[in-house]
Amino acid sequence: MTALDLNVGAEIGARIGTEIGTVRAKPAPAPRDVVSIAGRALRGVPRELETVIPPIFIALFFFVVNIGTLQSITERHIKGFDIKAFMLPTAILIGVTGVSRAGSLVLDIQDGYFDRLLLTPVRRLAILMGHMVADVAVACLLTVPILLLALALGVGIESGPIGVVAFIAMAGLWSLAFAGFGYAIALKTGNPAAVNSSFLLFFPFLFMTSSYVPRGQLTGWLNGIAAWNPVTYVLEGQRSLVTHGWQWADLGKALLAISVVGLLSMSLCLVALRGRTRRG
Amino acid sequence: MNITAAPTGLPAAGAEMTFGRHGRRTGMTQPSTPTRPAAISAQGLVREFNGLTAVDHLDLDVGRGEIYGFLGPNGAGKSTTVRVLCTLLSPTAGRAVVAGYDVATQPGKVRLRIGVALQEAALDPKQTGIELLRLQGRLYGLSRSEIDGRLADLGQLIDIGDALGRPIKTYSGGMKRRLDLAAALVHNPEVLFLDEPTSGLDPVSRARMWEEVRRLNRELDMTIFLTTQYLEEADELADRVGIINDGRLVAQGTPDGLKRSIGNDLIVARLDASAARAREAVESLPGVLSVEAKGDEVVVTAIDGAEAIGAVAVALNTVAAVRHLTLRTPTLDDVFLELTGNHIQPNGRGPGEAGTDETTGRETVEVGR
Repeated sequence: MTALDLNVGAEIGARIGTEIGTVRAKPAPAPRDVVSIAGRALRGVPRELETVIPPIFIALFFFVVNIGTLQSITERHIKGFDIKAFMLPTAILIGVTGVSRAGSLVLDIQDGYFDRLLLTPVRRLAILMGHMVADVAVACLLTVPILLLALALGVGIESGPIGVVAFIAMAGLWSLAFAGFGYAIALKTGNPAAVNSSFLLFFPFLFMTSSYVPRGQLTGWLNGIAAWNPVTYVLEGQRSLVTHGWQWADLGKALLAISVVGLLSMSLCLVALRGRTRRG
Repeated sequence: MNITAAPTGLPAAGAEMTFGRHGRRTGMTQPSTPTRPAAISAQGLVREFNGLTAVDHLDLDVGRGEIYGFLGPNGAGKSTTVRVLCTLLSPTAGRAVVAGYDVATQPGKVRLRIGVALQEAALDPKQTGIELLRLQGRLYGLSRSEIDGRLADLGQLIDIGDALGRPIKTYSGGMKRRLDLAAALVHNPEVLFLDEPTSGLDPVSRARMWEEVRRLNRELDMTIFLTTQYLEEADELADRVGIINDGRLVAQGTPDGLKRSIGNDLIVARLDASAARAREAVESLPGVLSVEAKGDEVVVTAIDGAEAIGAVAVALNTVAAVRHLTLRTPTLDDVFLELTGNHIQPNGRGPGEAGTDETTGRETVEVGR
């Protein structure tokens, strides 16, 4: 019997089972749960372009305007400084920080669809992970137009094509780590306004750091804060890929910074998920 | 009474009726337990919210293949009971077993065996109908071919044609309800919970939903737990009805039995001439309890009005031509009123109740007070 015969036989068997009403639910494997939820989240992206277009636009806008504003002054005063390469990670992080489906999750809670998911045998964690997998995919895609613009402006990636992949992956991981705060707020409050307010975290993270000039150029107090800001190390890790190649110390610090933020946000997320799905 | 213990060892509750809370009725003769093994069984079920008791020591048993109507006014505890039975909430106290598994300790196994259509259609407006149903099937572990088969099976129920490929936000209320029901049925559940399934539907959509509920029960022997505040719905669909008020089950039995238990049927006739001689013509008929005549009107009290009405009509025709003949039976609202002192709905009827004659086809029966 060939594989084709077996497939046809299985299909006919399943069909007969359906017709006589013997189809019975069974727990799906965990990866299938995650893929199913992620698939739904990704299908929603083209239907909600308003959540994707602004981050790209803002990132491109700041990339171009910041270069125009700072190129002359920085390159004149800092020897060997390339403002375009320096600004690329800043633009990328501006674009991907805060990109998440947490807003959609709140709508699911409000529409009652979250309850429908809870009524199925799907693993509760898979609901969250499915959304996050989609977020990482979207964040990685968002980096592409900014990278293309940078390449068009003459920015070279010293670490090569694999470095580009690492650069994009780092942006995706940072996006995921930050998105955890939005999900935690979404699950805790079920309130869209509260989720939107998580955007406020964006400012201290992205502007009290070496976004516009190297850390050594920051004034004392801001330099002190930047030293404690994990985004500083994410930026420096990404910049190292662009301007110096594979600097393992910088990359290690970047991954550690992402891990610390991710650990905090995911812990909050899991507590909120447990609270939301607690039946007591 | 034939009650089979659930697999988890929970003995089938001998859920005798809890009457007399308001000091009105203290007993009914209706059987309060199903005659088939229990698909849903609850003992002393309690659910509190911040000290407020929404479900108060609820005992009930629903037999496999039974349509059980859970009737009560808004805020009586119907939806909370459903949310506990379908594992969305844990009981504060007591125990419930659904499809053989404990809702508190084996919620995953319960979820595999139940389908639920909550009070508000729980749909994602941005997905298309087909996407939602396919995702639902995947989450229940069905293969692609199984999902295709179930979608074909449910085609008649869904009956929204090409709209299945459109975003759900473009659907009408009736279409959303049907899709919601289809989503609850994708995995072919053993027990189906319907929380006020026709709330907000127009009469045509309501009638279609009723027919589908009957078909699911008849053809698939599916156990259906149906909450409603519509008297007519419980009357029409349910094999047995449980009446809940303030979180407590105040009565349980067949709709006819519950109604009969609080009073007898009335046959009201108007004659073309004086009804003075009507008493002697009718009072000796079998099943007739009393006869009152006034002017051209005769009011006959009978044990079973439907059985007696033919003989009464013939007997009255020997006195004078019968112009109008009406059989009045007590309604479930009368039962609720008798037990609690309140109507289920402020006007004593559910939407559509006034149209009972049309929707039930009982042309000689006027359900009402």
